[in-house]
Amino acid sequence: MYNTRVRGILIKGNKSFSDVSRDIIKPMDDKTPMWWWVTAFLATGALFWGVWGFYNTISTGIGTWGLNNNVAWGWAIINFVWWIGIGHAGTAFSIFLLIVRQKWRTSINRAAEAMTIFAVMAAGLFPLIHMGRIWDGFFIFPYWNTRGPVWDNFNSPLFWDVVAISTYFMASFVFWYMGMIPDFATIRERTTSAIKKKIYGALSFGWIGNAKGWLRFETAAILLGGMAAPLVVSVHSIVSMDFSVSVVPGWHTTIFPPYFVVGAIFSGFGMVLTLMIVMRKLYKFKDYVTDGHLDAITRILTFMSLIMGTAYLTELFMAWYSGSEYELFTFMKNRVTGDYKFAYWTMLICNGMIPQLFWFKAVRKNITIVFIISLFINLGMWFERYVIVVTSLSKDFLPATWATYEPTITEIAVYSGTIGLFVLGVLMFFRFVPTIAISEVKGVLKETSTLKSFTDEN
Amino acid sequence: MEKKYWQSLEAYKELKKSELPQGNEPHAEFSIEGLDESEIKGKSSRRDFLKMLGFSVSAVALASSCQTPIRKAIPLLNQPEDLIPGVPNFYASTFFDGIDYCSILVKTRENRPIKIEGNDLSPLTKSGTSARVQASVLNLYDDARLRKPFNNGNESDWETIDREISQQLGGLAQEGKSVVLLTSTIISPTTRKLIKEFREIYPNITWTTYDEVSASAIRKANEQNFGRAVIPFYHFDKATVIVSFNADFLGNWLLPVTFSKQFSGRRKLSNGNTDMSRLYMFESAMSLTGSNADYRIPIKPSEEGLVLMSLYNEIAGISGATTYPVPSHGFDVKQAAMDLLDNKGKSLVVSGTNNVNIQLIVNAINQLLGNYASTIDLNKTVNLKQGDDERMRQLVAKMNQGQVAGLLMYNVNPAYNYPQTDVFISGLKKVGLKVSFAETMDETALLCDYVCPDNNYLESWNDAEAVKGYLSITQPTIQPIFNTRQFQDSLMAWGSFGGDFSTYLEANWKGLLSSGNPDGKSWAKVKHDGVYTRKADAGETPGFIPQGLKLPEANSSGVELALYEKIGIGTGKYSNNPWLLEMPDPITTATWDNYACVSPKFAEEHQLQFEDVVKINGQIELPVLVQPGQAYGTVSIALGFGRTAAGKAGNNVGQNVYRLMNGKNSTFQLSGEVVSLEKVIGKTYPLALTQMHHTMEGRPIARETTLRDFIKNPSSGNEKERFNEENNTTLYQKVNFDGIQWGMSIDLSSCTGCANCVIACQAENNVAVIGKEQVKNRRIMHWMRIDRYYSEDVENPEVFHMPTMCQHCDNAPCENVCPVAATNHSTEGLNQMAYNRCIGTRYCINNCPYKVRRFNWFEFTNNNQFDYNMNSELGKMVLNPDVIVRQRGVVEKCSLCIQRIQEKKLLAKMENRPLKEGEVVVACQQSCPTDAIGFGNLQNPSSKVSKERKEKRTYHLLGHLHTLPSTTYMTKVRNKES
Repeated sequence: MYNTRVRGILIKGNKSFSDVSRDIIKPMDDKTPMWWWVTAFLATGALFWGVWGFYNTISTGIGTWGLNNNVAWGWAIINFVWWIGIGHAGTAFSIFLLIVRQKWRTSINRAAEAMTIFAVMAAGLFPLIHMGRIWDGFFIFPYWNTRGPVWDNFNSPLFWDVVAISTYFMASFVFWYMGMIPDFATIRERTTSAIKKKIYGALSFGWIGNAKGWLRFETAAILLGGMAAPLVVSVHSIVSMDFSVSVVPGWHTTIFPPYFVVGAIFSGFGMVLTLMIVMRKLYKFKDYVTDGHLDAITRILTFMSLIMGTAYLTELFMAWYSGSEYELFTFMKNRVTGDYKFAYWTMLICNGMIPQLFWFKAVRKNITIVFIISLFINLGMWFERYVIVVTSLSKDFLPATWATYEPTITEIAVYSGTIGLFVLGVLMFFRFVPTIAISEVKGVLKETSTLKSFTDEN
Repeated sequence: MEKKYWQSLEAYKELKKSELPQGNEPHAEFSIEGLDESEIKGKSSRRDFLKMLGFSVSAVALASSCQTPIRKAIPLLNQPEDLIPGVPNFYASTFFDGIDYCSILVKTRENRPIKIEGNDLSPLTKSGTSARVQASVLNLYDDARLRKPFNNGNESDWETIDREISQQLGGLAQEGKSVVLLTSTIISPTTRKLIKEFREIYPNITWTTYDEVSASAIRKANEQNFGRAVIPFYHFDKATVIVSFNADFLGNWLLPVTFSKQFSGRRKLSNGNTDMSRLYMFESAMSLTGSNADYRIPIKPSEEGLVLMSLYNEIAGISGATTYPVPSHGFDVKQAAMDLLDNKGKSLVVSGTNNVNIQLIVNAINQLLGNYASTIDLNKTVNLKQGDDERMRQLVAKMNQGQVAGLLMYNVNPAYNYPQTDVFISGLKKVGLKVSFAETMDETALLCDYVCPDNNYLESWNDAEAVKGYLSITQPTIQPIFNTRQFQDSLMAWGSFGGDFSTYLEANWKGLLSSGNPDGKSWAKVKHDGVYTRKADAGETPGFIPQGLKLPEANSSGVELALYEKIGIGTGKYSNNPWLLEMPDPITTATWDNYACVSPKFAEEHQLQFEDVVKINGQIELPVLVQPGQAYGTVSIALGFGRTAAGKAGNNVGQNVYRLMNGKNSTFQLSGEVVSLEKVIGKTYPLALTQMHHTMEGRPIARETTLRDFIKNPSSGNEKERFNEENNTTLYQKVNFDGIQWGMSIDLSSCTGCANCVIACQAENNVAVIGKEQVKNRRIMHWMRIDRYYSEDVENPEVFHMPTMCQHCDNAPCENVCPVAATNHSTEGLNQMAYNRCIGTRYCINNCPYKVRRFNWFEFTNNNQFDYNMNSELGKMVLNPDVIVRQRGVVEKCSLCIQRIQEKKLLAKMENRPLKEGEVVVACQQSCPTDAIGFGNLQNPSSKVSKERKEKRTYHLLGHLHTLPSTTYMTKVRNKES
């Protein structure tokens, strides 16, 4: 049972049910603010640049990227893994916290899930665009065809990727959408515009809020959550197998699946933190996303950061313990002290050290610092993928083949395009969808606050 | 032909025009008649466009995977007897371009030559070729080739040209004015006879031979020592100890293919043989030969005479001959001298320096060692390099004095490669009649009144006698593609010989075969074999006339220059050949450029770094390449670059450095000049290298041992292999093969790194040329590469050449990661690529530990961004129809020439017999001049590969990864003391 004296108040400001509805739907009813237009403009610009990047890649060839015969994966794969990692937060948030019955998730899960959807969409573009013959990309699906024995290679981690990511995307989307049904119904009821009424009416699937509906809704949420929970673990484990199944020194490690999953949750929470701080500031949601919420996330991040640090050290230890000169070279000479030491140490400091500042309460309470650290985590996690992908490939077994890799403008454009897509998606979400799960907040409002109105009603 | 009606005079003219033979059309057996205009040109009207749009949209919607356009092929109405579509014909022929000689087989498909192979019947080149020979087939399809004769820069026709030139030649003959025939070395006895007869008709014509890189000093020295101005034949196979001074006999010097065969043959360690020759190399620049030497000593050009004289003194001191005083120098030649003395009559000293004094010392040493008549054969003379620098100088002087009224230039380009081009050009302007026979509008042809384009050698009749008594035939393998004419036919036209050169050649040969022909070879048989060995008259070795030895003049007052020929480009004849331009230099791995090589110590002292730009003599700007093994205080630059009229690929690539040749003595020398070298501050120039890391990082990649250790323990240097084999284990079932398991074995001890295989593979497998920028981006498409590693001292490293291509692993890392199974394993152990299945995820590239997979980063065919042979209708004719041209976005790699395997398998099947050992010969193996590559069935215990696999030297590259490669390597054995 939730004890407010032990765990604090979740929703501040003495909100009543109607306050909650009004507060959360208010941004949707208000005139679109200036910052929204400015950000949307910038994001659209980035998206268009990305479209150019796509066009350039598809029309001219992968040669427009900085890859070569030896480093055949670069920014596309780095960014793919980075986005997938970010896309972990929502589902992890909602589902894990749902299963362990953490009530504080209710203020955040909707936004986190939305983030997941857009991040996975952004991530999904990379496996597409990085294919040499995108027009034949459908070969990767095991569909019935007339090509005789030609079929997919079920041994290939890339095929697993296709399955894992599409499953994850679908599960996350259904979960997210289902959670929004009662809220869409709320908007439908509240709105005065006939068009909106129609749209939200359709989106809410005729939800009427009867007890039977709620009962089904709750059961479905738990069921879906239970089914989706393993996906959170599997999707990034499988992404990690793109690397660990190979023979490349620096990739060929058994630690990758847990290391990637933790890394993904770490980076996802980092991104949630970034977004939440922005959102609660812009929409004045400090009563809903309280300092206590942020504090909880930072505590989780501290723990995740410790695991990340341990993983990094374990990798180094294993490189030494394996006695393989190739492993030793990749880790000690190439990463720790070699040409890529900047990237390596950026990764280590951003992921393993800076978040350790969260041990101090003063740091956790200073939202500006928390915000900055959350950005460092996003950066550090990007560099982690850079270190894994590029350093391993650039100097592998035969020194004669060693080559360096630098991204080209096209790759940067593609990346910025996905950022544009993500930001635009989030903006649309801010504008047209209740950013906090109204019904769920209402569900926990009673027992997690010391509100007078509730006591009065009793 | 169909009757044609015309309505107006204009229409009649048009009709006539279309009837005229189109100069640029190949005379192929397949014709495009019967197709209408739009089909030929691929043009379409608006209606067609709409039709096609409608069709293609529905077609794409219906069957999006069936995208290959269907083209109509017209069957032959009258099929020639010897032409079966799909079945190649081979013709024996001879490659000779004035410099390199090679006996070859030309593979033709549907009447077009597509590949050069070595002729195994040749006693000289024994199925070996060089990279330049391999690439020569591309010159046939060079867009730069002239399509018509030219008269003062305007297109002309042969009748006009013949009339005008004959008239002028006749006039000059009557006036008795001097006309000079300036040619490259001509080794064709029939052509020489023809020239002789031509000169009898025009007695005012004198003949001068010009070699841009000459060896006239050898002839001069032999004239002094033996009374014969000849180049003797060298037997590197009979020599136990070889000492070479700047003679790159494995790469450029005289007969590199022959010498490579000899040299490597003498160093084979198969069948328990441990009798291996030893090579000492004294040189300034790191040459291919130097990189294969057991002992290599970097010397400056000015030190060559000193070291050579000391070597002479050591030997003379012991043999009791006259010694000469030598100023002190820092080199110890005692070991080399002792080795030579221990092997009297079985040793060989050679020098590639074109200096008479040097060559006299070399001759004196060889005489003291008793090498004449054993390793040096003065009776079996080498007919190459007949050029006489002195006569060329005199000619240029006469031209400048206005004493030359006519100049006929065949296969020479002095306006580009004469050391004093400006002097030559000013002289040329004073010549009345200037005729060039150049195949392309080169620098010299541009200055001529008449350009009478010669045929490519693959369109010509000719013969050759590179070494006395060893004749071979050049025969056409395609009709002349353009309106060109053989040089010899031009002479015959102007000399009113009547008939053509092919009949002249045949008549001459029939006469030649009538005597001294013990085997009774017929003319047809000679044409079939391509080679003919004349009964050699044994001949006495002439007596040695001792000459007083003296040190050559040497200038050591600054940075000494040593020019050299690159293995690919050579003297610059093929500077428009994109295959050779893109061929990584075996030593530097650089492509598409020449550069100034300096030693690491020198670079450090002068604060020079890779790609910095230096100014040589204040004139020539070149990028710096820091070359380990370069003699300290010297700079080396490759000839053959900086062409201005080579063609679209070769124009303005690199810098022309012929003017830096040393002409102080009577000969033109590659070394001996002293140059100033200043850094251009703040300027860099990108160089495209295919390898940027040069050491093995202590990894057991290219394994080596010394001969002494090898004799004690055959698996020395290869101990790791046993460990790997004992510890290699797997949970999975072992792959089983029934019948055939293809395997390859590469002997690192034999491989010299000459890159012949790289080009052979490129020609066989339609490998794209991608240009300098993309090579710089490390995207070279070669299926076969030669990794080059250095070890030990950076100033004088030991060098390894390691050919690397797909290893066809039985447990291939690439195969299990491909999501669409585009790369898979055949039942015969081949790692296969299904190009049309590949979607280009490039995961296989990442997971290949050998990094031998290549990705098509761009569309390399029909793309103006890559304006090389695959972007030209003519250039595409070189493509092998048996090998698909890969689309953008797919991964490709060595297939172990699966098309060749398939061809022989089908043949065996038709003849209802099993495949024979050695029947399938892959492209890299076929023409390897050192027989370093073996290929065959590993399931056959008596095959060469199976036997080699059991040898103690054999190892699997990165075998510890348990990739189970089908390719194995054999440890490199160096014949040195420690």
